[in-house]
Amino acid sequence: MTDDELLARFEARIDRGEKIEPGDWMPERYRSGLIRMISQHAHSEIIGALPEGAWIPYAPTLKRKMTLIAKVQDEVGHGQMLYRAAETLGITREEMIDQLLTGKATYSNVFNYPAETWADVALIGWLIDGAAIVNQTKLLLGSYGPYARAMERICFEEGFHLKQGYDAICVLMAGTPSQRAMVQDALNRWWWPIMMFQGPRDKDSVHSAELLRWKVKIKTNDELRQEFLTKFVPKILAFGLVIPDPELRFHEETKEWTFTEPDWDEFKRVIRGGGPMNKERLGVRRLAHESGRWVREALDAFVREGRAA
Amino acid sequence: MKRWNFTPYHQQIDEGLAILGTPLPEHDTQWPEWEVFVQAKRGGPHVNVGAVHAPDPEMALLLAKENFIRREPCVNLWIVNTEDIHATASEDDALFQYTFDRTYRNTTGFKLDKPTAE
Repeated sequence: MTDDELLARFEARIDRGEKIEPGDWMPERYRSGLIRMISQHAHSEIIGALPEGAWIPYAPTLKRKMTLIAKVQDEVGHGQMLYRAAETLGITREEMIDQLLTGKATYSNVFNYPAETWADVALIGWLIDGAAIVNQTKLLLGSYGPYARAMERICFEEGFHLKQGYDAICVLMAGTPSQRAMVQDALNRWWWPIMMFQGPRDKDSVHSAELLRWKVKIKTNDELRQEFLTKFVPKILAFGLVIPDPELRFHEETKEWTFTEPDWDEFKRVIRGGGPMNKERLGVRRLAHESGRWVREALDAFVREGRAA
Repeated sequence: MKRWNFTPYHQQIDEGLAILGTPLPEHDTQWPEWEVFVQAKRGGPHVNVGAVHAPDPEMALLLAKENFIRREPCVNLWIVNTEDIHATASEDDALFQYTFDRTYRNTTGFKLDKPTAE
């Protein structure tokens, strides 16, 4: 078959709603687009565990502490599953980890901001995992089999992350005035990073059209942002919280939200390594990688030399 | 910004920053892959749920449990070295297409319910 025929067969399969599996013929840009997206997703899970992991010792109750440990463990598990899904496309896990540790890879910008208070941890669980679910429930419908299968398990666990975050916010909002103020302060600081979470505006997004046709992406960044607002703004307002964007409003006629654009120059700056926490996150990850090296080497030696020796 | 330094995480930051940017060793460990199969209840089938990397089967089982059995029911785990799986080409649709009507292999191929000459 010629490349054109292979491409036609590949696109027909996707149009029929079938999944593409690792051994199938696929266009090079499908492969590279998926590797970029899945590895970036995996890195985000691994780095995303850090701001929350740092809060484990300060969790206010034993239940919250056990919950946070479980959530952090889930995130790292998601990273493992996603690295494995990306590997089926012809990159090794080792290469991806190297790309992350050397600063060549990117991950979700949102994790390059600090989690300063317990309300930040609660808000991350509610709104950032909430924004992630809006995105990830679409990825379930994506055309690449191994990625979609990993997303099924991930979405199931993210549901717990969202619920526990919302629960923690409920407790704080039923608390003292200073606890409520702490949530408002967290929302003020996180609103703009959250508004950037779904990525650049469609008109500035370079990869989208082809990846949408091939169902690597299912919805555009702007559509995902609209869906997030529809789902969460009413809940935020119901708490009596104030969203720090006076321009934010819903238009009945168009069924669309208008809002103040977040600072997209800041977005570019942070993704290139210039965010408040980029260096610290990578430093801590690198140290963890080095601290675990002796364990990996010991296991290697154990297997190589035989357990009887 | 407030920077606390009495937890393991915060104590690590400076140490981490100090080694950030130093070259990584040429070869790190890239372990074999093991497919994980979960049997949710006795008598049920083992179902493939994903894969782990591990240096040997014992570690693979341990990691499989940590990675896939944090909530869901499981009575038995299998792991199989991914390289030991032999599969048909996933695009070889023709292999599984019947060349002629096979309803005679199914109950639906037989409709009569009283004595009838063929």
